[in-house]
Amino acid sequence: MTLAQPRPPATAVTPTLALRAVSKVFGQGRDRVVALDGVDLDVAPGEFVCVVGASGCGKSTALNLLAGLDRPSAGQVEVTGRPALMFQEAALFPWLTVRDNVALPLRLAGASRTERARRADELLERVHLAGQGSRRPHELSGGMRQRVALARSLAQDVDVLLMDEPFGALDAMTRDLLHDELERLWTASGLTVVFVTHNVREAARLGDRIVLLTSRPGRVAEEFPVDIPRPRRIDSTEVSGLAATVTDRLRAEVSRHGGR
Amino acid sequence: MAVAERDLASQLAGLDALETDPERPPGRGRRLWSAGWPKLAAVALALGAWQAVVWSGWKPEYALPGPDRVFPELGRLLGDGRFWKSVGITMQRALTGYAVAVVVGSILGLAVARVPLLRRAVGSMITGLQTMPSIAWFPLAILLFQLSESAILFVVVLGAAPSVANGLIAGVDHVPPLLLRAGHMVGARGLTLYRHVVLPASLPTYVAGLKQGWAFAWRSLMAGELLVIIATKPSIGAGLQNARELADSPGLIAYMIVVLFIGIVVDTVFGRVDTSIRRRWGLLERAV
Repeated sequence: MTLAQPRPPATAVTPTLALRAVSKVFGQGRDRVVALDGVDLDVAPGEFVCVVGASGCGKSTALNLLAGLDRPSAGQVEVTGRPALMFQEAALFPWLTVRDNVALPLRLAGASRTERARRADELLERVHLAGQGSRRPHELSGGMRQRVALARSLAQDVDVLLMDEPFGALDAMTRDLLHDELERLWTASGLTVVFVTHNVREAARLGDRIVLLTSRPGRVAEEFPVDIPRPRRIDSTEVSGLAATVTDRLRAEVSRHGGR
Repeated sequence: MAVAERDLASQLAGLDALETDPERPPGRGRRLWSAGWPKLAAVALALGAWQAVVWSGWKPEYALPGPDRVFPELGRLLGDGRFWKSVGITMQRALTGYAVAVVVGSILGLAVARVPLLRRAVGSMITGLQTMPSIAWFPLAILLFQLSESAILFVVVLGAAPSVANGLIAGVDHVPPLLLRAGHMVGARGLTLYRHVVLPASLPTYVAGLKQGWAFAWRSLMAGELLVIIATKPSIGAGLQNARELADSPGLIAYMIVVLFIGIVVDTVFGRVDTSIRRRWGLLERAV
């Protein structure tokens, strides 16, 4: 794959994440579903890759494989560094305060009590939630909860952030602000991000590269480099233009499944 | 960039403020009143119905006395040292039996939830035990332990432990898979996952099991105290039995009221615990 990547600088780097001829099959016999079929994907350190596709393209399966929550049926998954996975729901622990949620990974890593509290407050500040630490998850809005989940992921000193439609359940206004927030955090941290979404505009707004997967079985249909300078706006003509191109390709792909 | 950063911060803060509303709990007096008056009204209704049945002349008054005869008797009991001694012995049995049942039930529940083989082997047996009326255990208990404290303890534990175990098993089974995945992602595995995710997540169901376990323990104990009467140890159950033998119907009903009252008090404690958990978790409906 020799695609133009605005970030990182085009030095030869070993990929942080790689899927090599990865297949994943669920079930047996008549229930057999091929979720991924020979998928190759390289993600460079510090790169922001968006994966888009229609339903059933195995986006979430791919993320689970990268997160180590599942094993491939065939092929290899290579992950350098520590991944964290974020879901569409924040998946915060309701019995803990916001601060303790963020501090749990630190606690499990053996950090002292004072160290945990200090780091958790620091992380909450980074996601613009300073002063919300003593509240309970249910007292927060959906967007705030996702930011807490983001802070909890960052607490693990991760190198790779795997995001499974993290803003899918949020309203447009909140999502828009969280795009800014995520872009800011990513720029400052040098994290590698794999962001799965069915929202093509979102992919064009955020990614260095868009990977389009086919459905049933999931294969890499096409990759689109995103050469739009940052910071971007989701309503800019460049983002809309690229989103239109990707959407056309996605529709052509989806219509194959119509059966007529 | 700094300006953009500050804009983002203020926009996020604005949206956050709009999307969360500050909680204003009602005042303490108001809460007590709104929780208290329906209970008082229910008690008044029950007393009214009781008095109505007595006035109807359905049973002779020596068998079914009205509140006017029972409450003075209850008042006399409350001033009697022997009565308090018997309440003390009953409560001591209840708490000892319940504590043993909680320990046994929790260990059993955790083992069954963790070990699939054990679940297949004894999982349905626990529910079977739960449906078995505890009084059916007493003949065996008396053969095994004679008329002793051990016989009572044995049956109380058998009565309560299955509910506690089942509560814990159900709690562990119903932990949302998403929370397990989240726990896995933050680095909790094996026992750590249990300690930090599975057990806290199963707490509400576990508390429901504890509450049910208490109800079973209390019933088993009352049944036991009617059957196993130890001369040197007065108890609420022995008091009931005594009143029946002496045809002291006001005293009998007074003891029954005491049994009911203790049951309600303990239930209220469990209710408090349950409510406070649900409040913390955001499971209480706010507006009614």
